[in-house]
Amino acid sequence: MASSFDRIADIIAENSEVPRDKILPDSHVINDLGIDSLDFLDIVFAIDKAFGIKVPVEAWTQEVNAGNAPAEQYFVMKNLAARIDELVAAKGG
Amino acid sequence: MRLEYFQMIDRVASLDGEAIVVESTIPDASPVFEGHFPGYPLMPGVLLVETMAQASGWLLLKLMSFERMPFLMGVKEAKFRSFVGPSTPVTVHAMRIHDGSGYAVTQARIEANGKRICDAELTLRIMDFPAPELAAAMRGRGQELGLA
Repeated sequence: MASSFDRIADIIAENSEVPRDKILPDSHVINDLGIDSLDFLDIVFAIDKAFGIKVPVEAWTQEVNAGNAPAEQYFVMKNLAARIDELVAAKGG
Repeated sequence: MRLEYFQMIDRVASLDGEAIVVESTIPDASPVFEGHFPGYPLMPGVLLVETMAQASGWLLLKLMSFERMPFLMGVKEAKFRSFVGPSTPVTVHAMRIHDGSGYAVTQARIEANGKRICDAELTLRIMDFPAPELAAAMRGRGQELGLA
C-alpha cells in the first residue's frame, strides 16, 4: 500500500489545483501549496473517508492559534502524514 | 415558504437520527416569479439549493443541540431534474453523511408529487454563533419547528 504521505498528496492533487509533483514532504499545505480553506475542508473530508478517521482540524487550529504548537507540526506534509498515522493507530487501524 | 425572507422550511415531518424530512409549499406568488420567469414562473435552482441547505442546517442544529451554527460552504453534484412552480408542496430530505471536525457533509434531495426535483451533496462549516442575536433567532425558529 502507498505511504500515508503519497495517499495524502494524491488527495490534495485531486481536490485542488496543485500539481502532484509539487507536493513534497517539506511543503506547508497552506503557505507553500496555497490551499484555501474551502479546498482544505474538501481535502480533510477526503482524508477522513480514505483513512476512516476524523482529523481534528479544529483542535489543531486552536492549539496553533493559542501558541501551544507550531503550525508546522500539523500543516507540513511529512508531519501531517505522521499525525494521520497516529490517528489511524489510535483507532486501532 | 417565504422566499423574500429566505424562510424555506414550513414544518418538520420527521427526525430520525442522522436524517430529517421537512415539508414546505412554494408560495402562490412572489416577486421572485416576476423575473424567473415572466409568463412561466419557476422556483429558481439557487433557491432549491438554499432549501436543501436549510433542511441540512436544521438537522445539524438539532444534532448539535443548537450550540453551534452551520453555514453552507460547498455544493457538489447538484442536479436539477425537474421544474417546480408556484403552489407546489415539496418534501425535503437531508441526511448527515459525515461528521467532521468543524464541518459536516449532507446528502439532500427535494421531491414533489412523488418525483425527484433535485439533489446535491452539501458541505457546511460548523462555527460558534458569531452573534447572540443569531443564536436566539435560530433557537426561536427551532422551537416553532419543534426542534429546539
